[in-house]
Amino acid sequence: MKIFADLLHSLLYAPQRLVKQAYLVEFIKNTPDPDRGYALSALTGELSIQGVKAGLIRKIAYQKCDPVLFDLSYDFVGDLAETTALIWPNTTRQVSGIRISDIISKLKTANRIDAGTLVQEWLDQLPESQRWALLKLLTGGLRVGVSARMVRLALAQSYQIDVNEIEQIWPLIEPPYLELFNWLDGKADKPDAAGRAVFRPMMLAHPLLESEIAEMDFASFQAEWKWDGARIQLVSGSDGVRIFSRSGDDISGTFPEIAKPLSWHGVIDGELLAGNPNKIGSFQQLQLRLNRKKPSVKMISETPVFMRVYDILFDNNIDVREHPLEYRREVLEAQMKTGLKTCYLDLSPILADASLANLQTWRQQCRAGGLIEGVMLKNKTSSYQAGRIKGSWFKWKRDPLTADLVILYAQRGHGKRSSFFSDFTLGAWGEGSEYDAQTLLPVAKAYSGFTDDELKKLDKFVRENIIQKFGPVREVEKTLVVEIAFDSVQYSKRHKSGIATRFPRFKAIRWDKPARDANSISDLIAMIDI
Amino acid sequence: MIDTSWLKISKSGLYIVPAKAHIDPVRSVNTAIITHGHADHARAGHKHVIATPQTLEIMAVRYGANFAEQKTAVKYNQKIQLAGVNLTLIPAGHVLGSAQIAMEYADTKIIAAGDYKRKSDPTCAPFQVEKCDVFITEATFGLPVFSHPTPEAEIQKLLEVQQLFPERSVIIGAYSLGKAQRIIALLRAAGYEDTIFIHGAMKKLCELYVSFGIELGSLQTTPIGRIDNQQISLANKFILAPPSAMGTKWAQRLCDPLVVSASGWMQVRQRAKQGGVELPLVISDHADWNDILRTIKEVEASEVWVTHGREDAIIHACTQMGLAAKALSLIGYEDESE
Repeated sequence: MKIFADLLHSLLYAPQRLVKQAYLVEFIKNTPDPDRGYALSALTGELSIQGVKAGLIRKIAYQKCDPVLFDLSYDFVGDLAETTALIWPNTTRQVSGIRISDIISKLKTANRIDAGTLVQEWLDQLPESQRWALLKLLTGGLRVGVSARMVRLALAQSYQIDVNEIEQIWPLIEPPYLELFNWLDGKADKPDAAGRAVFRPMMLAHPLLESEIAEMDFASFQAEWKWDGARIQLVSGSDGVRIFSRSGDDISGTFPEIAKPLSWHGVIDGELLAGNPNKIGSFQQLQLRLNRKKPSVKMISETPVFMRVYDILFDNNIDVREHPLEYRREVLEAQMKTGLKTCYLDLSPILADASLANLQTWRQQCRAGGLIEGVMLKNKTSSYQAGRIKGSWFKWKRDPLTADLVILYAQRGHGKRSSFFSDFTLGAWGEGSEYDAQTLLPVAKAYSGFTDDELKKLDKFVRENIIQKFGPVREVEKTLVVEIAFDSVQYSKRHKSGIATRFPRFKAIRWDKPARDANSISDLIAMIDI
Repeated sequence: MIDTSWLKISKSGLYIVPAKAHIDPVRSVNTAIITHGHADHARAGHKHVIATPQTLEIMAVRYGANFAEQKTAVKYNQKIQLAGVNLTLIPAGHVLGSAQIAMEYADTKIIAAGDYKRKSDPTCAPFQVEKCDVFITEATFGLPVFSHPTPEAEIQKLLEVQQLFPERSVIIGAYSLGKAQRIIALLRAAGYEDTIFIHGAMKKLCELYVSFGIELGSLQTTPIGRIDNQQISLANKFILAPPSAMGTKWAQRLCDPLVVSASGWMQVRQRAKQGGVELPLVISDHADWNDILRTIKEVEASEVWVTHGREDAIIHACTQMGLAAKALSLIGYEDESE
């Protein structure tokens, strides 16, 4: 655990990416299996330890110290693992040599109550830095500025191979990645994906910038709607059909009506939408399904989903990713009429005459209907590669909606923002709601879109204008107006105001504008998509 | 029965009614009793200032020799009277000259501790425990997550990184008053004898410390804008600078600087990270959680008032100990920096 704690400490304070990568390479070279694999999986976010969740950590912390003091500390520190590690008293029973692999194997066989006892025992035996590392390992979310990609780059660098080889193998392996290390160390063959229903890294789009529009040769791009659903990958193999989310999580259980065996084997890419191809449901309906790990029969029939397909990666086990998009589209269209012909799969249409003028119009028109976020532009010659590839795929979203809202409440952020009031609840005037026109009703929670400098000013405003405290929440004087951008407005029974905004973020702080001139609920209702 | 009606909270801060005097007032007043020289406690513009000789000298360095019409220097543990109120200044262990203000009136003894600490510090007189009826404490680090290690152990980390990166200059962000001199003294105590470089803003205060008999060894000012490898190589050297100078051109001139910050906040990792710190040192001039509670017990006060910081937690802990406690919610004292 000490080596891992030292690694986390070094990564956290290393100022540059390259330095972080160098620390990782050192760690990979000098740490035995399976500890190194488990440690790396904690960094990539793939390590999942059953039975030890935030709730359990909080429970054992409450047993060890005064709950009121723990909550006040947590509110200040902004991180459960760190708060617990710091507040836990040092004992004289400290031992060295506790290994990550011991911890994981003991927890694997423990039930929930035993797990709590084990964790307590370890916390008593470790010094603060290792308590922190242990709790980070157990709860995930390490926040040391390392991405999964950086881990793979470090692996490639450690063994002097191309990172793409690691990327290809990655979906096949599981923590502690023994298959990978055995191959890298020359002790086993390279793991093989052929025929197995595993996730393949997805190709992603860059946002199209205003400055790039003039340079775009629209004729060489295939245009499609950008559907407002959830990106998924359907993989059909000899071992069945599996559905993966954008991040590679297996969500087959959530959508059993789509994860049904197919005679065709391969991999397709598309958007999961609520409803059926003839009548698409709202994103809110889709969310009902996304939130359910195992939907009831009733839920499946009441809120059906389908997949709108737009790309193909493997066709009958032949890798077509290196072929240009035009070719893949032909293959996909042919299969949609044969091997992929089912009621829950349909083809995302190509928009004809995708000239600049047409694209501009479509982009703005797509607000009516509400289920389309904008247009996608995909280079017809592009191969299917993992990640965001320059010049290949672009997303061109419709312009966001905006409203002037008043800051009502503020809360400290988490992680590196824990010392700033950075999470804001914003309100609109009550006119148009069932409440008084003179009251401000919460309609959005926003915590992004401002610069570091603006954040400092917002933080100062909050500190100087607190009128009440509710636990970690501070109510402030209703004087500051901010212009908020958001993707859409929807009716919502769950909110007092009767409406909810989607992905609200700061656009500008209107220090000059009086609160009286902020927007009302009726202004926002007028923006709801038809 | 204790009577505290003679000590009030005004907009300017704590106010001793019969003596017509404020403690660390945040606005200009006629009579100010100053606990210590940090800028948020010792402001300019008061007519009459009462403080320890060291604090008066610090204020003169900061605001010029004529910073007040009248100055009354009161040595530690020397008793004075102000309109029937008995006053004593007692060492607080925070920085050079820092004092707790002990007040006796109407058969009640109140101590306003100002900022204080209990950990060792070779640059100032150690905190003196004095029994009282009401103890007024700060709560800058008033949460159980704050448990400051010994400063000697933290200083070892500095010497380790210097050996680990001989080609880099080690730049330490530290307050010009107190923290900087304490780090220098700690380095000296750890056997480091080489010249230590200081930012120009610290020069006069370091000289003042030396004039009060505190050994700081060989110091050299690093002139702004004149650091380059031809003139003086600062690789493998320690350079002290106020936190405000860390992000400026002054710091960029140093070759591959390793940024160190020394403060009690460094214990919270993400906070340290936020400041772009590569080596956080937990060295604080304030009492940590255990030391605040220990002090409250030792002074045997029946009532505790909390001035600024994390008052909720301290008040909760006092209530658990059976003590009456309340927050004064004084504003104007910086609680986020040291």
